[in-house]
Amino acid sequence: MSTNVQKFPGEFPLPVDPRFPTDSGGIRAGTSPISVRVPDHAVTPETCKVGLSEICLSYRTRSGERLLALDHINLQVRAGEFVCVVGPSGCGKSTLLHLIAGLQPQTSGQILIDGKPVQGPGTDRIMIFQEHGLFPWLTVGQNVEFGMKMKGVPRAEREEKTRYYLRLVHLAKFENSYIHQLSGGMRQRVAIARALATEPDVLLMDEPFAALDAQTRDLLHDELERIWSDTGRTIIFVTHNVREAVRLGDRVVLLTFRPGRVKSQFPVELPRPRHLEDPTVARAAREILDELREEINQSLEAEYNDGVKPRIEPGVQA
Amino acid sequence: MKRAGRYILFYSALFGLWTLLAELKIWPPYLFPTPWGVGEALYAGFQDHTYWIAIRVSMQRVVIGYAISVVLGMILGLGVASNKFLEETMGGLLVSLQSLPSICWWPLALLWFGLNQNAILFVVIMGSFLSVTLAMEDGRKQMPKIFGQAGRNLGAKGFRLFWYVLLPASLPFIVSGLKQGWAFAWRSLITAEMLYLSLGLGQVLMMGRDLNDMSAVIAVMILIIAIGYVVDGVVFKGMERHLQNKWGLTAAT
Repeated sequence: MSTNVQKFPGEFPLPVDPRFPTDSGGIRAGTSPISVRVPDHAVTPETCKVGLSEICLSYRTRSGERLLALDHINLQVRAGEFVCVVGPSGCGKSTLLHLIAGLQPQTSGQILIDGKPVQGPGTDRIMIFQEHGLFPWLTVGQNVEFGMKMKGVPRAEREEKTRYYLRLVHLAKFENSYIHQLSGGMRQRVAIARALATEPDVLLMDEPFAALDAQTRDLLHDELERIWSDTGRTIIFVTHNVREAVRLGDRVVLLTFRPGRVKSQFPVELPRPRHLEDPTVARAAREILDELREEINQSLEAEYNDGVKPRIEPGVQA
Repeated sequence: MKRAGRYILFYSALFGLWTLLAELKIWPPYLFPTPWGVGEALYAGFQDHTYWIAIRVSMQRVVIGYAISVVLGMILGLGVASNKFLEETMGGLLVSLQSLPSICWWPLALLWFGLNQNAILFVVIMGSFLSVTLAMEDGRKQMPKIFGQAGRNLGAKGFRLFWYVLLPASLPFIVSGLKQGWAFAWRSLITAEMLYLSLGLGQVLMMGRDLNDMSAVIAVMILIIAIGYVVDGVVFKGMERHLQNKWGLTAAT
């Protein structure tokens, strides 16, 4: 799984802006002590779009031992909510998306979409991968059309929707280009258009912007926020970048390092549109980051596992 | 231009050496024909339509046999690649079977199908479908996993997943295997045709032998090489170019 090869985020440790105290602003609950389980705010059975209950995933390693990757994950996502899942490399956050997408079965527990259990992949949940997963043998237009074609949507309707969604991501001119002719940011926009074109209720985004340069990522944040508010989709967005999570999400869910557990949840109540450089975003991110540090240190120790243990001390500034 | 010059130089040297050896008359002309003797044989063969008919018959057989090989090989290769049991058991068998020259199937083919076209097709298929199978198996494994995941995620399953996703995704990885399969099919065909009165190129070659006409034998050999070369250049080079245009220069190697 791609979580094992993630790069360590470059934003750590965050500089503290002296103009703002660190203990306020836009965020509530979820402070240390560890594993305070904040109830999902305002999610009732009626408004719950995606419900994960007691999800466990374990698999056998090559040496034959069973490894627990996800440990009793409970999460309720409201219809139309933008939830960001953060955690250190190897906490199983990408795997969680694969489970929701139905690409992989969980060991135990249940995933409910609108109260119905997930059984295999379905076009009501579309995934956007970090490496975009676009088909290089098809044109941009054919890529966007693909899901509709599989669904049996008539050709005329397909063409119309393809054009609509390409316009939505500002790529109308590139309908007949091939994927290798596009830049990284354009490819991710095609992936977003392709996902939206099947008209899914839930978008599952697996670090979609991690491989992009900062400017492109900023632009795509704005576009994603716009598309989200235009289309009202439910989004579950996985990232290792806490500031990205705070900038985009209605709620940030923090997972622990191996096995992945929900450590805490942070409703983000900052006004939109937000920006990655907003001090309020940075401040909210700091609070989450403080809790994430412990997990990151564990993942670093596991990664370096040769006696040299790089540590990020809480409170130490760069 | 420089390359063309080198070509001309090389082939005229080869031609000169051949002429020289033939003119020295170390061996009698019926054993070692001159270049123009071969040229005359080629001309005569096309003139009386023998070669045209032979080429048509042989091409027909190889196309049918190869097409069956590709379909069989792709299905089997995909099966072996996606099933652990098949991979462990049949995988090894396939590799070892590939060391068997396809003409070894000829006696069995004669018994099973009789002395006819089907026996030849059988040998052609046995010669080439293993290459396609192994290439497909390998291609399926080399192919990035994400294509299959994205395809399933977008609602493709079963045959549609294979046809619209897995097959096109694995093409760049199996082109060389398809090419090898074609070469094996072509060789197996000629071999089988040489063993049986069949109208094909192989038989025309053997006819040259029976008439002690080495010019005709070499003429047919040149034909066989030329057809192999043209198919490779037109069909497979074209396919590679097509893939490169779509995938970008880096993906298709």
